[in-house]
Amino acid sequence: MIKPVLLWTDALVFLLVFIVVAFGFYARRYEHLRAPWREVVRGRIAVASLVVLTFYTVTGLLDSLHYRKALPMQDGQVEVQYAGDVVSVLDGLLGGIATQAEKTYSAPFATTLFTRETVVDENGVQQRIFPRLKYGGAHLKDPLRERAADIAGRSLMAFVQALLFMLALFVLLALLLGRHWNSTVLTTAKRLWHGESGVPWRTFMITVSLLVFLVLLIANLAPVWHVFGTDKVGKDVLYETIKSIRTGLVIGTLTTLIMLPFAVLLGMMAGYFRGWVDDVIQYLYTTLNSIPGVLLIAASVLMMQVYMDTHPELFETMAERADLRLLFLCLILGITSWTGLCRLLRGETLKLRELDYVQAANAFGVSRSVIMVRHLLPNLMHIVLISVVIDFSGLVLAEAVLSYVGVGVDPTTLSWGNMINSARLEMAREPMVWWSLLAAFSFMFTLVLAANLFSDAVRDAFDPRMRR
Amino acid sequence: MTHTLLEVKDLKVRLGTGDHAVRPVDGVSFRIARGETFALLGESGCGKSMTALSLLRLLPQPAGEITSGSVKLDGEELLALPESGMRNVRGGRIAMIFQEPQTSLNPVMTVGAQISESLALHKGLDGDAARQEVISLLDAVGIPDAARRHNEYPHQLSGGMKQRVMIAMALAGDPDLLIADEPTTALDVTIQAQVLELIAKLQRERGMAVLLITHDLGVVSGMADRVAVMYAGQIIEQAPRDAFYTAPQHPYSQRLFAALPDSSKREQRLTVIPGTVPPLNQVFHACRFAERCDRAWDVCRQTAPDWFAQDDMHGVRCHLADPTLSVPDTSKNVPDSTEQKTTAANEGAGTELLDVRDLQVYFPIQKGLFRRTVGYVRAVDGVSLSIPRGETLALVGESGCGKTTAGKGVLQLLKPTAGSVCFEGTELVDLRGEALRKRRSEFQIIFQDPFSSMNPRMNVGDIIEEGMVAQGIGGDAGKRRQRVDRLLDQVGLRPGHRSRYPHQFSGGQRQRICIARALAVNPKLIICDEPTSALDVSVQAQILNLLKDLQGELGLSYLFITHNLSVVSYLADRVAVMYLGRIVEEGSVSDVLDNAQHPYTQALLSAVPALDRDAQREIIRLEGDLPSPANPPAGCHFHPRCPRAVEVCREAYPPSVQLSEGHSARCHLLGE
Repeated sequence: MIKPVLLWTDALVFLLVFIVVAFGFYARRYEHLRAPWREVVRGRIAVASLVVLTFYTVTGLLDSLHYRKALPMQDGQVEVQYAGDVVSVLDGLLGGIATQAEKTYSAPFATTLFTRETVVDENGVQQRIFPRLKYGGAHLKDPLRERAADIAGRSLMAFVQALLFMLALFVLLALLLGRHWNSTVLTTAKRLWHGESGVPWRTFMITVSLLVFLVLLIANLAPVWHVFGTDKVGKDVLYETIKSIRTGLVIGTLTTLIMLPFAVLLGMMAGYFRGWVDDVIQYLYTTLNSIPGVLLIAASVLMMQVYMDTHPELFETMAERADLRLLFLCLILGITSWTGLCRLLRGETLKLRELDYVQAANAFGVSRSVIMVRHLLPNLMHIVLISVVIDFSGLVLAEAVLSYVGVGVDPTTLSWGNMINSARLEMAREPMVWWSLLAAFSFMFTLVLAANLFSDAVRDAFDPRMRR
Repeated sequence: MTHTLLEVKDLKVRLGTGDHAVRPVDGVSFRIARGETFALLGESGCGKSMTALSLLRLLPQPAGEITSGSVKLDGEELLALPESGMRNVRGGRIAMIFQEPQTSLNPVMTVGAQISESLALHKGLDGDAARQEVISLLDAVGIPDAARRHNEYPHQLSGGMKQRVMIAMALAGDPDLLIADEPTTALDVTIQAQVLELIAKLQRERGMAVLLITHDLGVVSGMADRVAVMYAGQIIEQAPRDAFYTAPQHPYSQRLFAALPDSSKREQRLTVIPGTVPPLNQVFHACRFAERCDRAWDVCRQTAPDWFAQDDMHGVRCHLADPTLSVPDTSKNVPDSTEQKTTAANEGAGTELLDVRDLQVYFPIQKGLFRRTVGYVRAVDGVSLSIPRGETLALVGESGCGKTTAGKGVLQLLKPTAGSVCFEGTELVDLRGEALRKRRSEFQIIFQDPFSSMNPRMNVGDIIEEGMVAQGIGGDAGKRRQRVDRLLDQVGLRPGHRSRYPHQFSGGQRQRICIARALAVNPKLIICDEPTSALDVSVQAQILNLLKDLQGELGLSYLFITHNLSVVSYLADRVAVMYLGRIVEEGSVSDVLDNAQHPYTQALLSAVPALDRDAQREIIRLEGDLPSPANPPAGCHFHPRCPRAVEVCREAYPPSVQLSEGHSARCHLLGE
């Protein structure tokens, strides 16, 4: 028995997914919206980064389906009791990794702890040794000799599985596209193999296979090894990094969701109405802009913290508390970051309102709200889209910086920022503990790089001057 | 034969790669002799500018590529030169001036510094020597007070001055060949006359050859020694100027002349060249003009014509000139040029529809923290005009004289500062909000730029329906749809175009859509704000015909705002000439154009380049530029530029003088 838990951020994430899907259906009907996206998926880099982003998104979404497990029934108990910790579907899929905690630090693929400990052996003799790990490589009798063979064997297994997957994907694509292109499976396969298609399906296939290989690698290795080692309290670093994906995505996307209505509405109103409306809105964003962002965020987050500490009764679980702080961080980031886009949109609206087609609409006696919705908004959408995609990577990085400063997400929330923050101390150790920083860095780097490459492609596709 | 300076042979240029590569220049050959003016004439998009750029190897990178051909300057092959050698040619031996003086100068460098750059490069001058040279160059291009201008920035100069500075820059390297790419298209007629005269003078003095690129038959006539007509990437006719103007050979050239509007064609429809220039991203196997040619026959649609040279100077690319072919007689298709204009007897024609009295539109100039109003830009300063039903009033003037503002003030798109706009007996200035909104269907506007006048995110059907929906005209959705189809048909488009987007249409077609949009709400008055100035001559004729037909059918009144006097003489019934926010002369077309009394109107008329060089009158040269409407000269606004100004002109603004029935002007000279 499980009890589904809908955290605030979960609800908003799914609302966002709904909006994106709805926009997709809306855009399908309009050529001017569909054409640039078709252009986007024709670029190889764009497709590859889109695949990477999709993997991240799916992970994040799986991690957003939360529930509480039922506790085993005690004697005489009538009502089902649920566990206090909220877990997600992703936790379920990751299985053991979440719970396989060691005592303290251990290096990637280590079989022993990173530090010496004094242990008493069977004979009662005290020894300063590196004790064996409880989980990492525990299935091996003689770790020194067997370790390399075991890792190689498991990797090979993953490789073979990935090859099989690639083959299956190839055949499936050939079948599907063959129907679409009206050609036989064989010629379709040939065209695919030589990369002769408008949409770079070969790139798609290779990227998917590569990512699937990585997933399979983790699936094969992670149950018995700590692929990225363990942290100070012995938790698996790989697990922490994967769980951090959701935090990064939530901050990157929800902040935009919060910021967009402000930016679009106020920017458009300031540009179109001019006069005192323009003055008020300009005053608002210049004031907001002149306060240092970090200061504002720190002040709001600390106030929120105090409020939450004094009202513990509001939260049923720790997860809810941490989640609310995450949401609040998104909110405050959104409030401080709408000004840039707003200013951009105001400028563009100032230009648009003087254009002949807006004048023509005026000459027809079309009302102002209709002009805003029909003439201004659609012609601003490309700017909104581009800046949202570009802002995303900036926000993911901002989370890391804020958590490092200590005003980011709740310390109990797994996030790249928190990982980097704790890595600060670990880097000072001798010998150095480098793996949690590396893990956080590589996952964040991949996401931000993919997002940046993708946003480049989107910007180019929407820029009429770049069109070929 | 004089010494050949530049010889271009079979030049081919490709933009982009793959199946849809554009070939804007496809086998162009010509020769320019020393000291000669060679004009390259053609509509937009036919490859004129690309030809010029490829001579200097300045094609847009990385897309552009010269695929074959040879360009020889004084016998030296330019296409084989390394890039470093090319830099000496550019500016040094071939200089170029561009169409848009506003964007060709660097706004953060002084004029002097920009010219010295070129001097340092090509003559090795710097310091005081360079300064002296710059000042003498500025003097040479007729910039008054050259020593002071040396230290000024481009924004301190007017458009005509900037073009002069551009010319001075081009002269700095003492080039053998000057390429002038539409040098006057962005300028007003009076300024255009000044600049053209300057180029001709410099050419005489320095013995430069000039490659003049333009679309304007009038400019070519005044300037060129020889003419080449370009069409869809090829030269289709080449001839000495006089031969070309007396007897053009190619059907396209012939029709270009026929499509020019003027007063002698008033009672006729203009000859149009149907369709548009074909897209250049294809491989042609037939004559490129065959689709639009009224004399095309089977051969034209099957094989591409060769170049038939009549002599060294003269040639044409047309099957009609092929002595080996027997040409079928297709000239019977021509007569549509003599088709009589349809004149409908309109009910109530002649009664006043619009009556504007003392219209003023001022824009406040605000300064300082509290936006104190320190003055006004008097864009429209007391304009009175009236338009009877079914007639056309043309409002003529140079850019910046306030004609567009006047149009918008009449439509109440800008709130007039004072004055009255009486439409069918209703005072529009007093109408507010909903009451004004309801009347808006009766007066509509067509804009100059067909590219910005339609929302690119809406399809044509929605664009045309917009006004109907807003005004509640045309019934339910189904009926509106039928009406849209009918309107599209009326302006010469297909109902199937309803679901397309504006960018899928050419400039002329877009202007048709704009006309359909305006017609959708059954207006009585349409303000046409330079509706043809962004279009090519052949397309302009289509639109003018359409406007004239619609006036005949629907009894519309037009307020036709334009700077193009030949259009005025073709279309308008009455003309009002505007100068700096005020009307200086008004009367019927024949009164104003043939018997102009105001010195400004006379200057304006004389500055229009005439097709026929012999009939060209003495150009009345206007000094300087239009003054700022924020600070108009005291007395008669025109006196600083007027060649006939007397003492009284500096003191008082002249009253309106009635010259004859319906013809009045404001000038002190006419008073006594």
